Amino acid sequence: MAEYNSAAIEEFKDIWVFCEQRGGKLMNTDFELISEGRKLADERGSKLVGLLLGSGMEETAKELGGYGADKVIFCDDPALAVYNNEAYTKVICDVVMEKKPEVLLIGASNIGRDLGPRCAARLHTGLTADCTHLDIDMDKYVQFLSEASTIDLSTQKFDMEDTNLKMTRPAFGGHLMATIICPRFRPCMSTVRPGVMKKNVFDEAKAAACEIEVIKPGLDEAALKEKVLEVVKEAKELVDLIGADVIVSVGNGIRKDPEKGIALAKELADAFGGGVVGSSRALVDAGILSPDHQVGQTGKTVHPKVYVALGISGAIQHKAGMQDSELIIAVNKSEIAPIFEIADYGIQGDLFKVVPLMIDAVKAAKAAK
Amino acid sequence: MKIYVCVKQVPDTTGKVAVNENGTLNRASMATITNPDDLNAVEAALALKDQVEDAKVIVVSMGPPQASSMLKELLAMGADEAVLISGREFGGSDTFATSQIIAAGISHLGLTDEDLIFCGRQAIDGDTAQVGPQIAEKLNLPQITYAADIQKDGKTVTVKRALEDGYMTIQVPMPCLITCIKELNEPRYMSVQGILGYDQKPITVLDYEALKDEPLIEPDTIGLKGSPTNIFKSFTPPVKGAGRMLAGTEKEMAEELAACLAKKHVI
Repeated sequence: MAEYNSAAIEEFKDIWVFCEQRGGKLMNTDFELISEGRKLADERGSKLVGLLLGSGMEETAKELGGYGADKVIFCDDPALAVYNNEAYTKVICDVVMEKKPEVLLIGASNIGRDLGPRCAARLHTGLTADCTHLDIDMDKYVQFLSEASTIDLSTQKFDMEDTNLKMTRPAFGGHLMATIICPRFRPCMSTVRPGVMKKNVFDEAKAAACEIEVIKPGLDEAALKEKVLEVVKEAKELVDLIGADVIVSVGNGIRKDPEKGIALAKELADAFGGGVVGSSRALVDAGILSPDHQVGQTGKTVHPKVYVALGISGAIQHKAGMQDSELIIAVNKSEIAPIFEIADYGIQGDLFKVVPLMIDAVKAAKAAK
Repeated sequence: MKIYVCVKQVPDTTGKVAVNENGTLNRASMATITNPDDLNAVEAALALKDQVEDAKVIVVSMGPPQASSMLKELLAMGADEAVLISGREFGGSDTFATSQIIAAGISHLGLTDEDLIFCGRQAIDGDTAQVGPQIAEKLNLPQITYAADIQKDGKTVTVKRALEDGYMTIQVPMPCLITCIKELNEPRYMSVQGILGYDQKPITVLDYEALKDEPLIEPDTIGLKGSPTNIFKSFTPPVKGAGRMLAGTEKEMAEELAACLAKKHVI
């Protein structure tokens, strides 16, 4: 094999998605990224390939086809059953160097963000972290800018033939958005924020038809410097902010009685038909709620059908994580709270008085239907 | 034993953020702080130094000359030496080029199998979490990110690495690179003794001249020219149009809200 050259960009083709598994199970992020990858592959007119590392998962791999993968490359080795940075980096870089994909997407989980930078450095290419929007087609990118930016597009010129992956992400705590490109090297690599990309509807026939290529890397586990001694899944109450249709979040406004405030948030979510309690950063930093409740730039990005902000002033870092919710309701004592700038419905008042009334009113309105 | 700690001076994005007309950050008008996760990395190094004999904590930063104010604070906190990697040739570096330069700096200072490198998980200005792992790759070291507990035993390090749904315990030989999260520890304050004595401790500046013979330093691997990624556009998101402030008594507002939601088939 000739020496690998990441700058020979014309040799690279196809869109790849690294699919993470934990305990032999695919992750929700995999399906989101495969769905997004399908869109990009269609824009580029190329194939979509899932890259899965694990042990004995040929059958599970087919599931990725159901969300849009044309093919899955499954690297099968007992040493890949559990994530190990050293082993995963080696296997991924070897297969990328051999097959040369044009784009490689990785979920921005704690594991993806451990793996992505290491691979990009070894492959001598760029990596854009924690992306929230991706485009290849320039028409679509310009359309995106017209909706998501304050740029005056009439003063801008775009090369409509440009086929670089345009990777958009929040910067400086969500105060700015930046679109990054990697024009001189391939693959274009991006870690993608979980919960942002929309999942396709699963198609059973496509799953059955998905091609699986099995590669046996034949790793020498004893030769690895990195040893994973144990993996512990903590039996904590699962806070599924990303999958929730209704999120009722609480902020500093509940400080005078946090227990009551959280109980009210839960009760309101139940009145809506069930939902999850979210939190501002302040309450997480104060130890009142655990970090898995946190919505915002440093927490989770969510877009539920209904987002209720109780006693949250609406710092930009919080807004960055929830402003794309379909419907936003805010309750705050201060009429100048920035959260009201993005709320569809705002109520100025003491949440401890207002929320019980909201619960009654919602229940009554539902009963009247 | 040397414990290198990579630190970054960042604009305080938790406060008011000023944006230039062209969509870039107006850094000059903003307060700067030591990146919060980096303080956990410094604390981890100082805690380890308290346990072992003959350990030296060296804080390393790449940045403009003003970053020396941060380094002085870290010396007052207890670090033994500070190194500032600074030069016009290094400007405009993305994470790939930055890690190349910092790796060259550490290589220049010397790294043995008695040594460790600590970093913060990520910096609050870029939030990439990429420079740590990329330094490890360029120095060919094992890496452990998201460290929530660190135990050193001889020349082996065992780390509890946080996952979203639990943790994993990982063991690697030294030298290695570890990135630290806030759950790891509570950073100490500067001590009176530290504040009185920090100006006796050295701050070494490494510029392009000092590092140019390092194998990692090539014109096409550093600075803007050596950065694989470029900013294509940067922009501010539009402010979503304000919705409706409901009016009336608390009960009236609650009932009007429920009526609106019912009409929209939300409930």
